[in-house]
Amino acid sequence: MPLSFNHETCSGCRACELVCSLQNLKIINPSKAMLRVTARFPDPGIYKVDICNQCGACAEACPTGAIHLVKGTWRIDKEKCDGCLACVSACPENVVKVDDNGMPYKCINCRQCVEVCPRDALGFN
Amino acid sequence: MLYGYAGHTLRIDLSSSTIEKEPLKQEWVDEYIGGRGFTAKILYDENPAGADPLGPENRFVIAMGPLSGLFLPAAGKTHFAAKSPATGGYGDSNMGGHFGVTMKYAGYDVTILTGRAKAPSYIFIDNDTVAVRPAGHLWGKGSTAVEEILKNDLGQEFQILTIGEAGEHMVNFACISHDFGRQAGRTGIGAVLGSKNIKAIAVRGTKDIPVFDPKGLLKKGRQTYAACREKPGFKGWTPEGTAGITNWCNDVGALPTRNFTTSHCDYADKINGKAILDELKITDKGCFSCPIPCGKYGVAKTALGNKYVEGPEYETLALVGSNCELADIHAVAHVNWVCDELGIDTCSAGAVVSFALECYEKGLISKEQMGMDVTWGDLDAIVHILEKIAKRDGIGNILAEGVQKAAEKIGGDSAKFAIHVKGLEWTGYESRNAPGMMLGYMTADVGAHHSRCWVLGSDVANAVGGSQDANVHDLISQGADFETIPKADHKNVVPLVLKSQHLRPAFDILGTCRLQYMEIGLETHYYEELYYYATGKKLDFNKDLLTLSEKIWHLNRMFNKREIPDFGRKYDYPPPRFYEEPIPSGPNKGHLVEFAVIEEMLDAYYAARGWDENGIPTKETLEKFNLAVE
Repeated sequence: MPLSFNHETCSGCRACELVCSLQNLKIINPSKAMLRVTARFPDPGIYKVDICNQCGACAEACPTGAIHLVKGTWRIDKEKCDGCLACVSACPENVVKVDDNGMPYKCINCRQCVEVCPRDALGFN
Repeated sequence: MLYGYAGHTLRIDLSSSTIEKEPLKQEWVDEYIGGRGFTAKILYDENPAGADPLGPENRFVIAMGPLSGLFLPAAGKTHFAAKSPATGGYGDSNMGGHFGVTMKYAGYDVTILTGRAKAPSYIFIDNDTVAVRPAGHLWGKGSTAVEEILKNDLGQEFQILTIGEAGEHMVNFACISHDFGRQAGRTGIGAVLGSKNIKAIAVRGTKDIPVFDPKGLLKKGRQTYAACREKPGFKGWTPEGTAGITNWCNDVGALPTRNFTTSHCDYADKINGKAILDELKITDKGCFSCPIPCGKYGVAKTALGNKYVEGPEYETLALVGSNCELADIHAVAHVNWVCDELGIDTCSAGAVVSFALECYEKGLISKEQMGMDVTWGDLDAIVHILEKIAKRDGIGNILAEGVQKAAEKIGGDSAKFAIHVKGLEWTGYESRNAPGMMLGYMTADVGAHHSRCWVLGSDVANAVGGSQDANVHDLISQGADFETIPKADHKNVVPLVLKSQHLRPAFDILGTCRLQYMEIGLETHYYEELYYYATGKKLDFNKDLLTLSEKIWHLNRMFNKREIPDFGRKYDYPPPRFYEEPIPSGPNKGHLVEFAVIEEMLDAYYAARGWDENGIPTKETLEKFNLAVE
């Protein structure tokens, strides 16, 4: 099941970004997280979290067939990936990220953001 | 490897446009840990003695702590410090939001500004790229416009802080604004930035913060968020945030009303947390990594227009609301918005406006001086006075100095109802039946600010019984249904005041918000464990951290002694209203704290602190804390 977001309860704290980078990359760096909290202020005064909803646009764009579906989650096969980054530009939410070696990485549905979110703003459909 | 820190200090001399990046001093880390520890140490060591608070030599310091920006609850506090134009002594103020953590992600634990830019400027920081840029196009603009312009120009991911018109005109209670509604309000910190011709700072930071044990921090961070969830206050306190205490304060006779004339009003229900939720709120607005967002963002609708505003939080409800007799939540929120746009601290704003209204009522300020007929609870009048202050226009130029200095110029008996300590206006807890709370305000390094000490719950327990250690959520839940409240005992308040004065600022050292502990009761052992996984070092909260907090208390007292020529006991007295005028109404009717009691409390407090009878730390005390200061 893909991630879902409820802006009614999100308070923009970014605990999701923190746990995402720490769980998956073993670092403290929200800018490298595979989801992104955006604030829309002063008007209308709401938060949005850009998340991977496993839409598969990255896989469609991948010329080497490196992105494949595993139990409902699109995963990048590092062996097949040639780093062309077509997936990055194809992602409608801009949450396929590029690591320090120029290779793409994306949400693997580790569920940590859902577990930590103190506002229950993230869940699974 | 310095774990838990970004590892660098950024120094900018604005007079010469010199920008230097240097390694974070190990001595600061070892002895002062971070945040408030850094600012106290740096101001004492680096500010030239006798510096003009609004002169180029005054240091403007921004500091984060070792827990800032990490995976743990509410790691988003930014600390600012400078010699205060309000008090002439040590000044600091902090704010939540996302600014400080972004400075840390850009690589800087500490930033020190000196000098004065030749023309209005803003500081641009994009990781290693730092520049002082022209800000002529921002000068004169309100905080919302500045944030929008800079974010649109630079990118939405930039975090912005800015001053308003009041900061540009160096109003003594000018604040710093950030994130469309967060402020570092107190001690005139925004005036210091204005004195340096700095309108704003914009920062983007995308670097890692190295931590000692990422796996351990992940596990403990998750446990700490889970522990917050388990606290009754998580669901009970969070919905209304700080505003949730309004009725309790009114019911225990501690709600400042009509320039602290009394401590109770009959319209608390119109300006409380529920009124915010029912009338204003669009969304909860939390600071970085905070699980209990106290920020309530909404729309104020008045005859003066519809305005998006974060707040009001409790202090604003008390000081702009009941203290100015403004009994409508939309009107209070509108004034909140005016203050934010002009860059004025809402606490001092409410205290100064209510002081001005009382002066006007007593004929000490004329209608001609005021520019219009003003009265209590009149939104137009309050906005009018604030605009005059921000522009330093006419009587506004006198009021812009704060109530202490304004009273000196206005004369009459106005000094008796200028409600401040050391030149900083009193915040939202009327203390004539709260001797501990009063002593806390009297002895705080920065002046009358509750951030250093809050023992109102203990004072109430001393009067009516109950727990000395209840957290704020517990106090609110228990309620306070008293027709009359007996006189609170002052005999045993000193240990409680000392404990609070060391405990509350301790979180400012670590770089976290204190409210997880204070409001919902998150235990201190979580901070010890998080600190270990972040830094690789053991920290005993009660022994190590509170001892450092005590050391800083002595250091800042010595800063005040150095900077204020005749500093001593007389600077710790509350305003005469609190020992000469019994509370005229409400559950605490008839109470005051006699001057003899004030002297008795100060004697006991100084003795417990290891200070002499004039309130100056003794040589033995300074040696005990390894402080080589004079």
